[in-house]
Amino acid sequence: MFIKKNRPWEEPESAVTPEHIYKERRSLLKSMGFLGAGTLLAQSAPANAFLFGGGDDQASFVRQPLQFDDIPPEHKDGLTPESKAISHNNFYEFGTAKNDPAENAQGFKVEPWTLRIDGLVDKPLTLDYDDLFARPLEQRIYRLRCVEAWSMVIPWVGFSLSDILAQASPKSDAKYVAFETLYDPEQMPGQKSRRIGGGIDYPYVEGLRIDEAMHPLTMLAVGMYGTTLPPQNGAPIRLVVPWKYGFKSIKSIVRIRLTDRQPPTTWNLLAPHEYGFYANVNPAVDHPRWTQATERRIDDSGLLGRTRIPTEPFNGYGHLVANLYKGMDLTKFY
Amino acid sequence: MKQFNQHLAKHTLAYKVGLHSLLLLPLLYMVLAVTSQSWGGDPVQAIIHFLAETALHVLILTLLLAPLSRRYRLPALLKFRRMIGLYVAFYALAHVLAYWLLELGLSLQLFITELAKRPYIWLGMLCFVVLLALSLTSFRAIQSKLGKRWLQLHGLLFPTALLVIWHYWWSLKSGWQEPAIYLALVVALLLWKRLQVQRWLLSFRS
Repeated sequence: MFIKKNRPWEEPESAVTPEHIYKERRSLLKSMGFLGAGTLLAQSAPANAFLFGGGDDQASFVRQPLQFDDIPPEHKDGLTPESKAISHNNFYEFGTAKNDPAENAQGFKVEPWTLRIDGLVDKPLTLDYDDLFARPLEQRIYRLRCVEAWSMVIPWVGFSLSDILAQASPKSDAKYVAFETLYDPEQMPGQKSRRIGGGIDYPYVEGLRIDEAMHPLTMLAVGMYGTTLPPQNGAPIRLVVPWKYGFKSIKSIVRIRLTDRQPPTTWNLLAPHEYGFYANVNPAVDHPRWTQATERRIDDSGLLGRTRIPTEPFNGYGHLVANLYKGMDLTKFY
Repeated sequence: MKQFNQHLAKHTLAYKVGLHSLLLLPLLYMVLAVTSQSWGGDPVQAIIHFLAETALHVLILTLLLAPLSRRYRLPALLKFRRMIGLYVAFYALAHVLAYWLLELGLSLQLFITELAKRPYIWLGMLCFVVLLALSLTSFRAIQSKLGKRWLQLHGLLFPTALLVIWHYWWSLKSGWQEPAIYLALVVALLLWKRLQVQRWLLSFRS
């Protein structure tokens, strides 16, 4: 018998916008966006390619449609248009400018892929590309708050990290989970050149405490906006932790290792006073070089139509995760 | 070279029109990049950064003019120095406005608190104030009125060239290669102009 367990952040089925209305709205918004940008300045594609690089010679990465269950969101925020979410990325492996990953990652190969789950587990796992899509998938609409004070609202497709961790059955002394991005300088120009890669030591590594990793909000995404991830957003599989700054949500993961000590994390190694291990979204703790009290929401309004909105503690997921940090001084453990 | 100098002097207006177009090209490039979405779905950072980088490029160009005119005996080149210098301030102003408008959503309160709190921003603002002061005092009438003080004031461009690179380096989340390249360039230029720099420093003695 199938018993549907309602998690605290799930809304009843009745609250879901019917699909045809959702799709109509989407296509309407899309056409409006297209008209808005398109009529402003008519241009030819070859001229763009000449001026700004890229162009037809570079075949675009092919994304596949996915089957999934819709999970209603925690909030009523409008989605970030897909075109913006896949062309504004921090993925220094492909360059430090926001448009670099979308330009430089189109040839990225995700097949074959190997994701290993090992360390302090009873049953180490090795997943290949098809295994990543083998379990039931859910679409979850989460806020993404970048440490640089911009934010998006993205429909991810994936599954709870806890599902896969449980399958590997962690040992009782596993206290942390360490993640690692692919290291392949041939495919990732930022790993080949320190200048392109922003002077970061690769591979990119991230980590969570085990209770954070097992939290039902924490997910591994294999898709977004209904299809598989594009490489600039972390294909074929990435972490999504919506109550933490975006840099925690590591992309293109090849290894998940359970460990008994706090693992090193890339931005913390680079600038420990600016980026902590926890990196929970916290409007009360400023980044030394900019405010975290407000954020620029990237939505379907134009460049000039945007206003800053207040940033919420834990990115608005505090009622679900604040208890993980009971008794901790979050200005110290930022 | 002598002929070229005469040519420059004779057709100053035509060259000025050409220079204006050349110095406005970056702005056109930016508009094209933004409207064609070549800078991605949210070009805010790209715009702010591009305007600053253009200001720095034009600043380096103004520093080049005096030694070039001396080296190649082209005194007519100096006729364009004020105009090019004003474009440094123009792009710096555009950079500040873009930050305030696009990044901070035109919130004056946020602009002031950020300015007060963040050292790299007040350093940038200090440089901007210097550029503004140089622009406002760039008229010939003011120049002759201020005399020696004018030279002292406008020599501030030398330290400002170094400070904007510090501001650039300070604003980066990671990496140092690009500011280092600019630093090497500006230091080399100031060494080439070291007599002028020395004269400027000595002018504060007496």
